[in-house]
Amino acid sequence: MKDIYLDHAATTYVREEVLKEMEKYFTEVYGNPGSFNSIGLKAKEALDKARDKIKELLNAPSEKNIIFTSGGTESINLAIKGVARSLKKKGNHIITSKVEHHAVLETCKYLEEEGFEVTYLDPDQYGIISVEKLERAIKSNTILVSLMYANNEIGSINPIKELAEICKSKRIYFHTDACQAGGLLNIDAKELNIDLMTLNSSKLYGPKGVGLLYIKTGILIKPIIHGGGQEFGLRSGTENVPGIMGFAKALELAQLEREEENKRLGKLSKKLTEGILNNIPKTVLNGHPKNRLSNNVNISFLDIEGEALLLYLNEHGFCASSGSACTSKTLDPSHVIIATGVPYEFAHGSLRITLGKKTSEEDINLMISVLPKIVEKLRLISPFNLKMEEVKINAR
Amino acid sequence: MPDELIQIEETDNKEWFYTDIVKDHFFNPRNVFKTKAESEAYAKEADGTGLVGSPACGDGMRMFLKIDKEKDKITECKWETYGCGTALASTSMFSVMLTENDGMKIEDALNIKPKDIANKLGGIPARKFHCSVLADKAFKEAVNDFFRNTNQLNRIQGTGKKIIDKVLKITDEDIEHAVLEGALSFEDVQKKTKVGIHDKGCIPEVNRLIQVYREKYFGE
Repeated sequence: MKDIYLDHAATTYVREEVLKEMEKYFTEVYGNPGSFNSIGLKAKEALDKARDKIKELLNAPSEKNIIFTSGGTESINLAIKGVARSLKKKGNHIITSKVEHHAVLETCKYLEEEGFEVTYLDPDQYGIISVEKLERAIKSNTILVSLMYANNEIGSINPIKELAEICKSKRIYFHTDACQAGGLLNIDAKELNIDLMTLNSSKLYGPKGVGLLYIKTGILIKPIIHGGGQEFGLRSGTENVPGIMGFAKALELAQLEREEENKRLGKLSKKLTEGILNNIPKTVLNGHPKNRLSNNVNISFLDIEGEALLLYLNEHGFCASSGSACTSKTLDPSHVIIATGVPYEFAHGSLRITLGKKTSEEDINLMISVLPKIVEKLRLISPFNLKMEEVKINAR
Repeated sequence: MPDELIQIEETDNKEWFYTDIVKDHFFNPRNVFKTKAESEAYAKEADGTGLVGSPACGDGMRMFLKIDKEKDKITECKWETYGCGTALASTSMFSVMLTENDGMKIEDALNIKPKDIANKLGGIPARKFHCSVLADKAFKEAVNDFFRNTNQLNRIQGTGKKIIDKVLKITDEDIEHAVLEGALSFEDVQKKTKVGIHDKGCIPEVNRLIQVYREKYFGE
């Protein structure tokens, strides 16, 4: 039986073109870009080229706006800690939301211990933060707003341009975690009016262990990693040249193909969503019905628990993920789904299916035919038989 | 806790792996119903039934027992479980343990500890241990139901035990067991028992009990 990988929001495979691009930087151009010798200079040249390519893709004015890091988590840490600490004298208030990735939430919690005050905004029932809600939360001592572009669990897309606009008008720095958006949405930093943006490679068919932080010209920020002063003093450590080369290639291809890919994935996601909601009773879609990433399907099933569902799916070759408590380290169900007001009964039985480049219509058809049988089997041995009307969504 | 001190410890890192026995019981659960109608009919003829947990908690279980009243033996055990792989497999294994070899004496069955079920399954991931305690609880509820139905009130279990977590029906004895098994902090006790996840009001009492049992057994 072949594996059908439907967990692309967790990470993607590395596509052929990217792997090919990277190869010679492991074995031929392996120099340290900081070394003054021919192999080092070649590596430096390659690094500059990659940075320049990404600069163009992000429509950034200068190469210096692009800081390469070890991935999304590091970029987020640099953005939030780096800005907060540099503006400590100006204010100590940070705004974020309850549906952010743990990288943002835990970094903010850490800063609370350093004396910062953090507001965690409640999203609407779809996991989206409205401009009005953000505006109401801004105070005179607010220095930074960090809101995700698109949600990693439920795929909902924030009105990022509008959110950034409000921050700009109030002269507050705006950071967006665009890890899920990088391969599928518009990442023109100028058009979106963004101050800081986190992107990573391993979610868009690039290698793991590479990411970047876009920092607009003029932003005040302190490094969090100290050493040899690489990346314009903001991220010390020898540059991961093969990784960065792969990342640049992957981002270029993703942005080039995204419109077509969105159309294809959107169709498949729609088919899968309807196939599940119409064929399996007592199911709900988590996240926004339209305003969501084209590759994300997140559905909750009443009366069954997510981990059990995952194990059965895996037995049929499907690799997916769940927001159930038993699949988390904290024994609590998904903080994202709970924050949208979806009751625990639904949150424990959530299934996230994220499609990718190799996902075919055949895969989707197979999923639609297999899933009802699994759900039926698990419901048969479940002691509960809840009615949909008993489990109301608490709209915010 | 974002800024806690972390000490590297030597522990089993295979926390997500299930043994073949767990998988077998999970994919081929023993002693379950084939239809919902069968379950409803069985509920009427069972000698004792017990239900613990709720869908909001993320796990729940109903156990049905048939008992040979003369021999005081469990002859049949059927169950329904809402939960993860560990919860399902442990209920299945427990139902086998109760009924194999002509059935187990009630007295012996009451002495089965969650650890015994885990051992029979070839071990379960440490952080999943709490998922296996549910079978034991549902069983005690079902046996008590049987004692009540047959007017053997003196045999009802749990007298002397106090329910601390009202949602998951976790008793002081469960906390005692967890401490005995080496859970010395609230976080560790919660990992083992799930206490206080839904019934947050019980947390101060849990902390007090942990201290009591630590003193009792470890002299701390």
